[in-house]
Amino acid sequence: MTKIIEPSKQSSIFRRPSSETGIWSWITTVDHKRIGIMYGYAAFFFLLIGGLEALILRIQLSQPDNNFLTAAEYNAMFTMHGTTMIFLAIMPISAAFFNYLLPLQIGARDVAFPRLNALSFWIFIFGGAFLYSTFIFGTAGAPEGGYLAEEVGWLGSAPNGGWFGYQPNAGMKYSPGTAMDYWAIGLQILGIASLISAFNFITTIINMRTEGMRFMRMPVFTWMTFAVSFLLAFSLPIIAIALFYVTFDRKFGTTFFLTEGGGDPILWQHLFWLFGHPEVYILILPAFGIVSEVLPTFSRKPLFGYAAIVFAGFGIAFIGFGVWAHHMFASAISPVAQAGFGLSTMVIAVPTGVKIFNWLGTIWGGKLKLNTPMLFSLGFIGMFVIGGLSGVTHSIVPADTQQTDTYYVVAHFHYVLFGGALFGIFSGLYYWFPKVWGKMYNESLGKIHFWLMMIGFNLTFGPMHWLGLQGQVRRTWVYAEETNLQFWNIVVTVGAFIIALSIIVFMINWIFSKRNGEKAPFDPWDARTLEWTIPSPTPVWNFSTAPIVKSLDDFWHTKYSEDEEGRAVKREEADQILLELEEDGLNPSEHIALPNPSYFPIVLASGLPFLGYAVIYKSIPLALIGTVLLLIGGFGWGTEPLEEEIHIDSDE
Amino acid sequence: MSSSHSYPHEPTGVETRKLGMWVFLSTEILFFGTLITTFMIFKGSDFPGMKLTDVYDIPFTSISSFILLMSSLTMVLAHNALEANDQEKTRVWLLATAMLGAVFLAGQIYEFTEFYHKGFELTTNIFSSSFYVLTGFHGLHVFIGVVLLLALWGIGQRQKGLTLEGGMNLEFVALYWHFVDIVWIVLFTVVYLI
Repeated sequence: MTKIIEPSKQSSIFRRPSSETGIWSWITTVDHKRIGIMYGYAAFFFLLIGGLEALILRIQLSQPDNNFLTAAEYNAMFTMHGTTMIFLAIMPISAAFFNYLLPLQIGARDVAFPRLNALSFWIFIFGGAFLYSTFIFGTAGAPEGGYLAEEVGWLGSAPNGGWFGYQPNAGMKYSPGTAMDYWAIGLQILGIASLISAFNFITTIINMRTEGMRFMRMPVFTWMTFAVSFLLAFSLPIIAIALFYVTFDRKFGTTFFLTEGGGDPILWQHLFWLFGHPEVYILILPAFGIVSEVLPTFSRKPLFGYAAIVFAGFGIAFIGFGVWAHHMFASAISPVAQAGFGLSTMVIAVPTGVKIFNWLGTIWGGKLKLNTPMLFSLGFIGMFVIGGLSGVTHSIVPADTQQTDTYYVVAHFHYVLFGGALFGIFSGLYYWFPKVWGKMYNESLGKIHFWLMMIGFNLTFGPMHWLGLQGQVRRTWVYAEETNLQFWNIVVTVGAFIIALSIIVFMINWIFSKRNGEKAPFDPWDARTLEWTIPSPTPVWNFSTAPIVKSLDDFWHTKYSEDEEGRAVKREEADQILLELEEDGLNPSEHIALPNPSYFPIVLASGLPFLGYAVIYKSIPLALIGTVLLLIGGFGWGTEPLEEEIHIDSDE
Repeated sequence: MSSSHSYPHEPTGVETRKLGMWVFLSTEILFFGTLITTFMIFKGSDFPGMKLTDVYDIPFTSISSFILLMSSLTMVLAHNALEANDQEKTRVWLLATAMLGAVFLAGQIYEFTEFYHKGFELTTNIFSSSFYVLTGFHGLHVFIGVVLLLALWGIGQRQKGLTLEGGMNLEFVALYWHFVDIVWIVLFTVVYLI
């Protein structure tokens, strides 16, 4: 028997938080697993909100000349749908996976900077709340010379300039009121959160790997986390500066992006897409990583071309910085630039293709087990290929100028980001469910979820290709009856509601299985990576003793050897090893020092929204409150003792 | 599977906090890179109204730049003193570094006020806007550096004194401070001299 004795309290200016259960334990936690879980739930909450906004959009478009929404409300809804899904749903849900899995996959006890990790989570929460507070406090008035109504309801009082915030449309003249300020500053705050987690993950991967975990022995998911962290670290500063300029333009009368003052609206597009295109890979690479874990496990084969997948991932990340202007073919850029960016766009398809073929090679000849995570991964490959192919069509400049701002583009990026990223994420949610909760999910409900989502997804986004090529324009809230676009628009709306239904099935499965699911063994999938060598749910200390890694897929080689034809043969002693692992995992034999919970991440993070409001309303008192909170948080942070031991005593 | 007792394991041999700071600084290069690029674009454009050359005072800014550079020297002296475990001297040099930084900041505030009096304001033209955002962003970094240095000095007042390891350590702050100084050399050249 073991028990954990409360950490001894050391003198500090404030008392260290000490609760291990209840709400305070979650607010003050620095445990990467708990932070990961909170990231997951928060991101899923925003996914539901973003989905709700999508449904509202689809209701409006289900009929020609519909008046379910006003134009202003429609603008607000599509802006918030895009912003929410990208910055508040997919990115943080990837962060949830990074947080939970990264230390486990490299055999570490936590990330390099546990309190910074908590800080980035709370900044994300406050940033999301700040952005959404626009529905309460924000105003969006009528632009000069426009035809939008002077008064808008609360639904229309949200940012309305598109998630890309093109200038000068998102400037003060055409987007008066405060709503777009909430957008610019909200993204700024969310960017800080992502930047901090990027430093944290890069440092963790470089410096926290356990003995023997060389770079070329790291699981592919860890590699993709590494690539994403670099993408974040090098692309977010660019958008941060661009958003600074926007805020200066809107609040302090500068003209960085306004031609009337000598500024350059195209510069905004360059800066935005210089961030925005790497962002696409920030969204998709985590799914690549997840799929690269799931496919070998359920094909019972090693990943085909491990090194190729890793380098292709970094190839994508690198070339991803050199293709941004393909979003701007319809803008004023020179023909040489168009040709160049068209070419680089074709080139980036190569490493992506390498990955697809590697995954196919992994499945080829494997003993496939078609359970829910595997189905989602296979669905991912299929849907992502469609999205990737329609993406390459954009590299042909004349075709792209036809497709720009039509539903064809909407279809393309939803195939990539929903059929790609989100399918990968659901695959991962099912795959690691037993590790996180120690329970098995319901397989039949999981499969129902998959098939409903697959059907709904294709009904929603497939017809958008045709609608786009027929000329239905993005971001307009009505279409005329004479355009004959009605049939496919109804199909799309029905598809969207089928997706919503599938999400409900997923939630039922999640809640039910978490409470009443079968108890999960610690290695239910006969998997290959380190997180499956420890008990489910993961004990608070992760590994009882630091594992030593001797090869790629070390855990697999512990369980299996090969016969002459290269087939896996289970070792005789495998079962015994598994039993011992579980026993050891639950009963650590040494004193384990865990990072202590802290109040200061949340205090520090709570200062940022005040600073944001202070800029919007040019209020000195609010700025002072924000600064004081930052100082209290920073001061407490700097002075609290770093680590205290949680003593694990054996008492027989 | 075998196990060892070696947590934490730092395979690179670089202290984790220092490594984190290096990664942070690599991001900072992108921040300043974007600002400088934008500044250069607008500097080359055809804008009406005042230029920096109409208002600036090169000798004054050179002296304040020199003061900031000297603060890097005192930072190194503080580091050396700590390596020799001379707490007293470490504190003195830390305070000197913070003070030199503060003098630089005061100089920048004075300079900005002068410019404003002469009519070179934030919204005068696209050039003045990018000038203030760029140099102001750097000034904010110096300010944060001064706060960090003073905090370090405050921690040094405690019984235990400063060490080269642990949370807010001197090396960590020193890296940041040197970076901010180096950026100023680039900015001074790009903004004032070219």
